Amino acid sequence: MEFLTSVGFLTGLSIVLALLLVFANRKLSVYEDPRIAQVQDMLPGANCGACGVPGCAAFSEELVAGKALPSGCSVGGPETAEAIASFLGIDAGSAERKIARLLCAGGCDVAGDIVDYAGFSSCRAAATVAGGSKACTWGCLGLADCEVACDFDAIHMGSTGLPVVDADKCTACGDCVDICPKNLFELHSENQKLLVQCKSLLAGDDATDLCQVACTGCGICAADAPAGLIEMKNNLAIVDKNNFFDQTEIATLRCPTGAIIWLDGQQFPKEQRSAKLQKI
Amino acid sequence: MFNFLSHGNKTFDRGVHPGDFKEQTRTLPIERMPLVDEYILPLSQHLGGPSKAVVSVGEKVIRGQLIAEPAGFVSAALHASVTGTVIAIEPRPHPSGRFVESIVIKRDPYSAQRLFDEHATDWKKMEPAELLRAIQQGGFVGLGGAAFPTHVKLSVPPGKKVDFFMINAAECEPYLTSDHRVMLEQPEAIFLGIRICMKILGAKRAYLGAEINKLDALAQLQSQIPADLPCEIVPLETKYPQGAEKMLTEAVLKREIPSGKLPIDIQVVVNNVGTVAAIGDLFRYNQPVIERVVTMTGPGIQNPRNLLIPIGTKLTEVIEFCGGMKEDVRQILFGGPMMGNAVRSTDVPITKGTSGVVFFTEDEMVSTKEYPCIRCMRCVDACPVYLNPTQLGALARAGHYDDMMDLNIMDCMECGSCSYACPSNIPLVQSFRVGKALLREKMARERAEG
Ligand code: SF4
Ligand code: SF4
Ligand code: SF4
Repeated sequence: MEFLTSVGFLTGLSIVLALLLVFANRKLSVYEDPRIAQVQDMLPGANCGACGVPGCAAFSEELVAGKALPSGCSVGGPETAEAIASFLGIDAGSAERKIARLLCAGGCDVAGDIVDYAGFSSCRAAATVAGGSKACTWGCLGLADCEVACDFDAIHMGSTGLPVVDADKCTACGDCVDICPKNLFELHSENQKLLVQCKSLLAGDDATDLCQVACTGCGICAADAPAGLIEMKNNLAIVDKNNFFDQTEIATLRCPTGAIIWLDGQQFPKEQRSAKLQKI
Repeated sequence: MFNFLSHGNKTFDRGVHPGDFKEQTRTLPIERMPLVDEYILPLSQHLGGPSKAVVSVGEKVIRGQLIAEPAGFVSAALHASVTGTVIAIEPRPHPSGRFVESIVIKRDPYSAQRLFDEHATDWKKMEPAELLRAIQQGGFVGLGGAAFPTHVKLSVPPGKKVDFFMINAAECEPYLTSDHRVMLEQPEAIFLGIRICMKILGAKRAYLGAEINKLDALAQLQSQIPADLPCEIVPLETKYPQGAEKMLTEAVLKREIPSGKLPIDIQVVVNNVGTVAAIGDLFRYNQPVIERVVTMTGPGIQNPRNLLIPIGTKLTEVIEFCGGMKEDVRQILFGGPMMGNAVRSTDVPITKGTSGVVFFTEDEMVSTKEYPCIRCMRCVDACPVYLNPTQLGALARAGHYDDMMDLNIMDCMECGSCSYACPSNIPLVQSFRVGKALLREKMARERAEG
């Protein structure tokens, strides 16, 4: 008879625990909208953070919660945004496409070096040693940190040592903006056609001594453009980025060095990748 | 007298033994650099936020007058190093290689260059908080080279207490002798500075640690130490990086600072001896940081010297005063050869953190060609904080910075012992600097995103 007590006790215990579990399942369950997982599947999965939240999972939660619009994902582009919008029955929102632009045109053909740099082959590292080897301290060091950082294969180092951004592949994720020690990248709207490819604060001959295509701060472009479009600051021409309407190619025509350009799509011509780079 | 030369002087574990190369300047008394016409005072000469200018172009300023105030707690004040007129506030070349907003002062050639408000301060009557404020207003930063604002270091966070004040006189960088000369020539200033710092910190004892290659200075300080000052002079073995805070505490107190902690966590605060002497001068003459001792040395300079140079003097002019450079100069370093940084032109000013300028010629430029790692593990044996530089280096080259985190890269003090020890010339410490900077940025981003 002894054993019946133990069997009875254990049966009783398991019934009580099972009931407890049923209760917990009913009362304490967290409901997760199944759409979150589905939306996440539709996102590109790059986890780049360009949308402003950490990763695609977090962004899909925001989307389902109505806190963000599908167009916030610049990597997926309009098709993805459209698909998510129709799935959730919301507006895709409109995002102008952005492209990373390089604010330097001083390749090794026009801008020289002042010192030799021998060390860790990285722009970040070179920049900490007296600012790197390039004579112009604002200019691109050409050691390809941005090429390495770009997850979308949109940046290739060109033959003059400047990174060439492939405008078709650039998703405006902003990784190149973050990595560049000289802060040479900016994300511009594709409607932004005027671009000053220079960050040098030197004036006149001081600037052109170091780089043939530097902005000399002469102010001609500012004078030729509609009033207020281009502002001269610290010997550098700064274009108003919120005014697409007034933009005109005329502003670029009399620039003595060609620092300011009128561009459509691609900034530097795409090149055949050199054999060495292809191997990597 | 104790016997310095008996072996078994205190030191830390591991590290490297570069030659000290100090003969060129160790016996040369500190000379005053003659005044020049123009002084360039960058608004960021310290770690932390750049100072905010409080003068405007055209304004007359007097030597020692405040010209820029600290922006925030981790920042430093800046004072005019000469009497003259502010002629520009604009970006100027900086030793870091960038252009940095600077106040440019043209010297008044007829001025006697008296201090703005010269007087001795009765520090005994002042509260620790007042003393600390005086140091903050005096524009003090670590004169050993790191240029970290001194008042931040001397502020004891609530809940912490300080038992020992450690004076860092190791001067373990080869070539530099500025601290050595200060110890020989300004013992009173050093002792006064120690008293003041101890009062601020509430420390019970002070230790001054110096390597035995400065025997004369050690002996002299030992013989002059006031009877009522609880300060001990500790001779240390000559070894790099003895002057790193963690190594110094380990050498002197035989106490190790745990990973990720500061000296204050084991009740110690460390300050450089030059800074301590300058603190003494602040209370003796009310002189803020407007000049510093700089060792001009190396095989590439005609007349090596220990110079007292007003902050903001252009390197070009100092070189001229030292008889010019030799023809085949190939590299100029601000700071010593181990942790110093190369400069790209001589148009840059001497700043508060410039402990020395070393000139190297073609002959000293050893081959920098990089070879593959031969797994000799010399870097592992050299690293004083027990990291594995070879593995870290491989990760850095592959760009796997996240994995470096697991190998405690953040404990690296960037002392460069590993690069020095590496027979294959692998730029180890340089890649760690990059990795640490990127990881720090990443952590900041993650914090911002919550
Ligand atoms: S743009 Fe910046 S990151 Fe890219 S190669 Fe030039 S300096 Fe390096
Ligand atoms: S015209 Fe050219 S050089 Fe002159 S300010 Fe404009 S961009 Fe600079
Ligand atoms: S890993 Fe860092 S702390 Fe260790 S030897 Fe190299 S530079 Fe110094």
